[in-house]
Formats: sequence, C-alpha cells, structure tokens
Amino acid sequence: MAEIPKEEYLFKCTTACAGCSSSLSLRYIMKAAGHDSVLVVPACCTAVLQGIYPKTAMNFPVYNVAFASAAAVASGMSAALRSSGKKTNVIVYAGDGGTVDIGIQALSGAFERGTDFLYICYDNEAYGNTGMQRSGSTPFGAITTTTPVGKGENKKDLAAIVAAHHPPYMATACAAFPQDLFKKVQKALTFRGPTFIHLLAPCPPGWRYPTEKTVEMGKLAVKTGVWVLWEREYGKVTISSPSKAAIAKPLPVENYLSVQGRFKGLTPEQMRKIQEEVDHHIRCIQKEVDGTC
Amino acid sequence: MLTIVTGNKAVAEAAKQAAPKVVAAYPITPQTEIVEQMANYVSDGELDCRYIPVESEHSAMAACIGASITGVRTFTATSSHGLLYMHEMTNWAAGARLPIVMANVNRALGPGWNIWAEHSDAFQERDTGWLQVYVATVQEAYDATLMAFRIAENEKVLLPVMVNLDGFTLSHTFQSLETVDLGDYIPPMKLPYAIDPEHPMSYGNMTGPDMHFRFRWEIERSMRDSRKVIEDAEAEFGKRFGRNYSWTEDYRCEDADVVVVAMGTLGKEAEVAVDLLRKEGIRAGSTRIRWLRPFPQLDFAGKEVVVIDRDYSFGFGGVIAKSIRANCGINVYSVIAGLGGQEVTYEDIAGFVRNRRIGEEFWFGVE
Repeated sequence: MAEIPKEEYLFKCTTACAGCSSSLSLRYIMKAAGHDSVLVVPACCTAVLQGIYPKTAMNFPVYNVAFASAAAVASGMSAALRSSGKKTNVIVYAGDGGTVDIGIQALSGAFERGTDFLYICYDNEAYGNTGMQRSGSTPFGAITTTTPVGKGENKKDLAAIVAAHHPPYMATACAAFPQDLFKKVQKALTFRGPTFIHLLAPCPPGWRYPTEKTVEMGKLAVKTGVWVLWEREYGKVTISSPSKAAIAKPLPVENYLSVQGRFKGLTPEQMRKIQEEVDHHIRCIQKEVDGTC
Repeated sequence: MLTIVTGNKAVAEAAKQAAPKVVAAYPITPQTEIVEQMANYVSDGELDCRYIPVESEHSAMAACIGASITGVRTFTATSSHGLLYMHEMTNWAAGARLPIVMANVNRALGPGWNIWAEHSDAFQERDTGWLQVYVATVQEAYDATLMAFRIAENEKVLLPVMVNLDGFTLSHTFQSLETVDLGDYIPPMKLPYAIDPEHPMSYGNMTGPDMHFRFRWEIERSMRDSRKVIEDAEAEFGKRFGRNYSWTEDYRCEDADVVVVAMGTLGKEAEVAVDLLRKEGIRAGSTRIRWLRPFPQLDFAGKEVVVIDRDYSFGFGGVIAKSIRANCGINVYSVIAGLGGQEVTYEDIAGFVRNRRIGEEFWFGVE
C-alpha cells in the first residue's frame, strides 16, 4: 500500500454533485503531486466545483482557462517556470470534451513539443458541465441529451492518439482505484517531458445510477474489462494489478451496462457488439504487453 | 547604432532588447519574419528565452497567458487571421490582466485570400481591453515596441499592448533604424498576482455578476489610468533617446483649414499630400492617430476634417470617422481607402481633400 499523505488540498464543501468521482480523484491526485504544483483547468466540471470567487475549495494554485487552451497554457507555464529554474509541477486537469474534442489540437501540439507537464483527462464520457451532451468520448449506445436514442458511434481512442506522440509515460486509471491512481500520478511526475493519465470518472447524473454506487461503477468497468488499467513507459505496456485478474476472466459487460440508465435502450444485439469490442480491446492490450503487436 | 532594416526586423530587435523569457508564436504572412528572427535570437544564444513553436495562434496567446501569469515577460506576433484565431484568448489575456506585448502586422481578412495591408484585423480587437498603438515608420515600430513593454507592465496598467504596423508597406520596407542602449528604461516585470504555490489561489473560477462587473470596471479604470502612463513613457523616451511621440503626429495643423486624419503609413503619406495642397493654396494639415485604445482626446475646432479609414464596420461606417464624430461632435468627410493593400498615393489623398463633401462617405476607387 502506498503511503497517502494526510494533507488535504481539496477542501470539503466543493460544489460537485453527490457521488462525483472526478473530485474524489482530484483529492488523491493532489496528495500525490504535493503542494509545489499548479493545476490548469479548462472549462469542465472542475472549473465549477471550486466554488464562486472569491472563495475556492482548492488549497493549491488553480489556473482556469478557456476550453480549447489548457495544454497550450500549460506549455507556456511550464516553459516560464523552467526558465526561472522552478520545478513546480504543471498539471492539466481536463474533462473528456476539453481533451478529445475542442482541446485535442492544443494537446497534440504540447505533446509533440515535449512540454514538461502532466495531462490528466478525467473522462465521464460526456459534456457533464453543460448537462450531459455527447462528446467524442461517449461510448457506443449511451444516451445523452444530444443522443436521445443512444450514440451510434464508438468512443474515440484517446489512448492511441496520445500514444502516437510517444510520451515517456502514460497510463489509464479509474476513480474507484485511488491507490493505483495515486501511484501513477507520483510516477508520471518523475518523468521529464509530457506524461498522460486517462482517468475513467463515473458520473451519477450523467450515467444515471444512484450516487452511492460511484465506486462500484468504477470497479465494474474494470472487472468487465470495459476499462483496462495499464501503464506505458517508453512504449512498454504493463497491466496494472487491479486489471490483471479482471482481464484474465472478465465479467460480462452486461453487468456494467445494465446498471446504468444511459444504456437502458440497448438491444441484445448492441450488447453483443459491445461485448465483442471489449473482448477485442482486451486482446489488443494483451498483445501490446506481449510485444506481439 | 544605425542600421537599415525592415519593419519586422525592427520589431524583433526591440523585442529582443526587452528580453522576454517566453516567446510563443505561429507563422503567418506578413508577420513571419518577426518570429523567425526571435527564434534565431534564441537559437544563437543572443536571447535567454524559451521559444515555443505552437501549433496555432490560439495556442500562441494561450501559451503567453500561461507564461505571463508566472510573472515573466512574454512576447508574440501575428497578423490578420492569426489575430482573429486568437480572439478568445486576446480577451482572456486582458481579462486576466497580463501585460503581454504583441506585434500585429495589419493585413486584410479573407475571403478571398489577401495578404496586404488593412486595419480591419486589429480593429476587430478594439473592445478586448488591449491597448493598441499604430506606427508609420521602421524607427517608430522599434520605439513603440520598446515603450509597449514599459506601458503594459506599469502597475497602473497591467494590460496587454498591441503594436500595429502595416503589412508589407512597413513590415517589408527597409528604412533606417537607430537602436538605443535601453538601460533601465523598461524596469523588471513585477506581477503582483503571479502564481505562487506558497500562496495558492484559484484564478478565473466562477464569478458572479457583482465581481464580474467590478473586474470589467477595473479594466476600464486601468485603461483610463494608462493615458498618463503612456504620456510618461513617451516623455521619458524622448528625454533619454531624443525621439518624441504623442497621441497623434500632427503636421502643419496649426493654421490649417482642413485636416486629413489617417493611421499607420497612410498617415505619413498624408503629410506629402499636405505639402502638395499647401502649394496649391489650400491650407491643409494632417493628423496621424497613433493610439486606437485608449482613444485620444482630439480637438479639431474651427477645421474641416477628412478621415481616411483603412477599415470598415459594415452597416455602420469607417471606424475612425465615426469615432471622431462621436468624440468631437463634428461632421467629417469619411473616405474608405486602402483596403486589402489598395494603393493610395499622396495625390489621391490630396484629391480627397479637394473634393471633400463633409457629412458624406466615399469608397475610393469603387464608387
């Protein structure tokens, strides 16, 4: 077990929804990063849950910026801090819309330029802050306010896009596994250059499940193999502990899908398609681990 | 030192002397030479600075914002579509009260593609909270860039400054340049609210109407305060380096019956037109407006005014003509000329004066 510091950087009484897993995750992320850190936040739920100026629930510098600009702002900030001889961690904490859609150009540019920063995409698979509209990261079949009969397209493969920039370190994480997340943030911050964590963040109002089920929802995502926890260090992929057993014998995806209101319209055929894709995805990751792909 | 350089090189030379710690920029004609030069200064070790070759102008301004909030001096340059692509972030820079300095090489907007001089690009940024100065010579491009850093970083201002020079007519034109030994003309940058993990704050989080309104008022208050800061910066520049600048450059206006008002290089061209008109017995003068924001206090009492706008606000009129009407309470002859690099000679300008019809608007060359 990793020693998780007792210092709190995220105070109680944020304006997050009950059962919000992205704020829970941020609590552990900041414990891992420590106080010499700056968080760059584009438009997303985290921009709102700090509370209203002049108050803030966050006990670390947070620089809120325009939707598309987080990675570019972080580029400038990192360059300026390094030019002044400071080692302050520059961490982007952005939602999936701000990452895979409107922010992807800035993200790609910052990674290509080798920016010394950590980019964390907390992915609740829709535009949560504006009331759950479809994003490029919304999975196939999910109902959102702009896909009333379920999304017809697959989730964008963000990990593959980021991996194509060959960062020294990238990983997936899930809010239901704070120890794993904590260790990955600490590790990411030991590298020079761009590092990336893709964090699955279950969202009660968006995914339509009871608030007390947030941790359970994250665990189901991992146990069914819908979400696989892994690390990629200088191109070498390793499966993280919580996923090792899970992908050896994953639970049926139905266990994960049937407990979320957003998937209530799925037909058995669509359910089978999702199962096949999850199985395929697990095989691909396994091949990457084995070095055969 | 006396050299012969282009307007772009003069801007780059001044920016180098101001010693920014971060330059983030993206190429666009006719500005590119400025950022190429900055990249070379960094590469050659002449400038201790991080050059960030961003993937867009939106990111150029975003990176300058991220750098500036740590308390370091930042510089960028752009033109035309690049400036408009930045628009969200130009607002952000001013709202975040960051003293970023940017050179904008004025160029028309598409479609169709037109790379030549026009002021419509920067005029679309006039309400963002940036200070804007327009220059007419290579020397002035250099001088104004130096002064921009001093003005932007003054504690009473802390707003970004845009230095505008006409595409090609000035950006690519060789003229003599006398550089200065800067000394302590630009004091070290001190940003009172620079990011500091020892004093954590949330910047730009949700803000209700009361505070939002207050922040907007504070921008306007600083804009008002900047008038004296600009005057002081120009006076000190004159004292130290012997070149004097003001809100406007007035030429033979004292006894003039009619004054031509223009900006940028057309404002210089107007001086030649004034000489020509004087020979014909017309008592003409010219006023080249240097600052668009804050807009100068102008007085044309007892004179007729011919305004040349190298810009247009569709459905409204020439921006400078309308501004003078509003600010001075006078009627003017509004000439729209020089859009998209249209050639406007001193003889053309003299013609505008001879044929002036106060109260009317005239589109040169097309009506």
